[in-house]
Amino acid sequence: MQKTEGAAVFTASSDTPTPLRAILTLLAPVVVIAILYSGFLFLRENGNAPQMVKTIIAIIWGIGGATALFFVANGVVELLPIKWVARVQPFVFVGPALMLLTWYLAIPALRTLSLALVDDQTGQFTLDNFTSVFTERIMIEAWTNNLLWMLIGTTLTVVFGLLIAVLADRSRFERAAKSLIFMPMAISMVGAGVIWKFVYDVNPNIGLLNAGVTAAGGTAQPWLTLLQPWNNLFLILVLVWMQTGYAMVLLSAAIKGISDELLEAARVDGANEFAVFFRIILPNISGTLLTVVTTIIIFTLKLFDIVMVMTGGQFGTEVIGVRFYREMFVNNNPGSASAIAIVLLVAVIPIMGYNLRQFSRRDTF
Amino acid sequence: MNRQKRTAMILVNGILLFIVILWTIPTVGLLISSLRNRDDIRSSGWWSIIPNYGWSNTGEELPLPEGQTRDTPITIGSKTATFDEWRAGIDMGDGTRYVWIGTLRSGRIEIYRQQWMVNWNFTTDNYSQVLSGKEFEIRNGDGTISTVQGDDMSASFLNSLTVAIPSTIIPIMIAAFAAYGFAWMSFPGRRILFIAIVAMLVVPLQVALVPILRDYVSLELNGTFLGVWLAHAGFGLPLATYLLYNYISTLPKEILESAFIDGASHFTIFTRLVLPLSVPALASFAIFQFLWVWNDYFIALLFLGINRNNEVLTQRIANMVGSRGADWHLLTAAAFVSMLVPLIVFFSLQRYFVRGLMAGSVKG
Repeated sequence: MQKTEGAAVFTASSDTPTPLRAILTLLAPVVVIAILYSGFLFLRENGNAPQMVKTIIAIIWGIGGATALFFVANGVVELLPIKWVARVQPFVFVGPALMLLTWYLAIPALRTLSLALVDDQTGQFTLDNFTSVFTERIMIEAWTNNLLWMLIGTTLTVVFGLLIAVLADRSRFERAAKSLIFMPMAISMVGAGVIWKFVYDVNPNIGLLNAGVTAAGGTAQPWLTLLQPWNNLFLILVLVWMQTGYAMVLLSAAIKGISDELLEAARVDGANEFAVFFRIILPNISGTLLTVVTTIIIFTLKLFDIVMVMTGGQFGTEVIGVRFYREMFVNNNPGSASAIAIVLLVAVIPIMGYNLRQFSRRDTF
Repeated sequence: MNRQKRTAMILVNGILLFIVILWTIPTVGLLISSLRNRDDIRSSGWWSIIPNYGWSNTGEELPLPEGQTRDTPITIGSKTATFDEWRAGIDMGDGTRYVWIGTLRSGRIEIYRQQWMVNWNFTTDNYSQVLSGKEFEIRNGDGTISTVQGDDMSASFLNSLTVAIPSTIIPIMIAAFAAYGFAWMSFPGRRILFIAIVAMLVVPLQVALVPILRDYVSLELNGTFLGVWLAHAGFGLPLATYLLYNYISTLPKEILESAFIDGASHFTIFTRLVLPLSVPALASFAIFQFLWVWNDYFIALLFLGINRNNEVLTQRIANMVGSRGADWHLLTAAAFVSMLVPLIVFFSLQRYFVRGLMAGSVKG
């Protein structure tokens, strides 16, 4: 935000419009809105046009519509007297963003809070929704599991990320290795869920893990279901598989930022590689390390897809994210769901606030 | 010293190779399995495409010796063993292995011989069955033919495109306008409004979902593409505005000044000058947002879940896990179809992709 102070702010200048142009500009919004509305009706009706055609029309309608609205709004504003252009035009630029955010985040946060404070049946003020977030048996299970995800998932991700970053830094195959480790980040958590369900399949002719276990003389195990509480660990490994690439990329960039002279000086003084790592590299990347840790903690707090696809939260693998979904859409308890969301918000704020502070110090692009 | 360095090098590359293989195997297994036919997947693991030395059925068999009991040793050929041992298989010492198949009274003895085996039966049938919505005839193991409904993933693929492309471009456009407005235009409340937008980054999705869903039901937006676009735009805006502001506000002031002196309006400067200059930032964020939307399951489930015609890939696969959990030949193909676009984006635009993901990782 400091930059805003320094940035020059210009006042608008525009030519006085001719009457003809004025009429056309005023006509444009009517035409655009009419076209957009008929497009909306066409798309909602789901007629029997081939799907490819509908896809193309929908994409053009969406993107073209948003663009056209900006142009039309600006055209109308620029018809105003110059003094008014300068006053109104900024809101053509920032207005849509402010409106969307008010509708989608600011007001809903308040409405969710009020829903959470009201009993679903009676409509009376109550704090029961919040107490049940911390006392219900299934919620305690969910919190315990989330804690497990947070501790084990974050630790493993960061350790692997750091190990790979350090190793890759010394290898000739750095680029290839890094891109293969990073690849799981590109795919969806649903896709990753399928990949790992396949690895964990109980049939040793299908699941790689059980094939290994039986080949070594053991018996095949139902890793995701009956093996409680260890099944949580096998779910957490999916997260580690997906997020290690992220940790690696950030940590690797931080390690490369340490000056070569510093490392060289330590080595000349006789420090071995372990001493260099613990005494020089680690302290120098502590800022990035914290960013990675906080980001993954937030990720584990909101976790939904992996558990939903792989176990549906059954067999003792419930987590808060899945609980929220079930309260809202299966049990039809908007009050309880809202209370979970608010608790999540309160839990995330301090971590996120810290993260944002770090983030604003970093060059982004 | 030199030798020590070389051992260190081998150690480093060895561990790295091990980890890379560990990380890649699950995806490779999925790809290979998606190309194998149904019966092969059920009877042998995908790793049997690697040539392996083992016992393989020679096709020869012997009749069962008659009148045996479970408790007394049975002699076949040169060896004597109990029934259970025969069932597990006995090495005959001449390079063959006899295995008793079936029960004590009925069955056969199969002869196995050690040799190199490989199973390279690849097929694209799984993909055609998964992609098409038509009915398919499949031949079962016992020779009967049954028809199954295809999974119509091509429809979900088009739906994913319909969701992802506008959900990427619309928020970026809105955010770029806003970023320019906050960086270069003067209006009351500029600073406080910008801080308010960035503060929205802390709000987790879950907090907003219940009220928005109610709005959608009353506005009849539930289950429509427009609803999902707006939702993705709303949730993506804080980060997009913040990142683009960081970029646009650092553009050289002189360029904008000279354009102003030439009489250009804010709108012209933005569309003709600022947008083209911001392409690197726009591209990085676009890739992040595109993948985020393409891979999203949660928002699609909530806002499109009601309308089966508009189902996207992630929803379709999650449903298949429930309904076809044991049909691995289809699940693997379906998962790979959904990964295709992200993987192409990843391998062709890796630099932008990494930058976008690093910058975008704080998104809620």
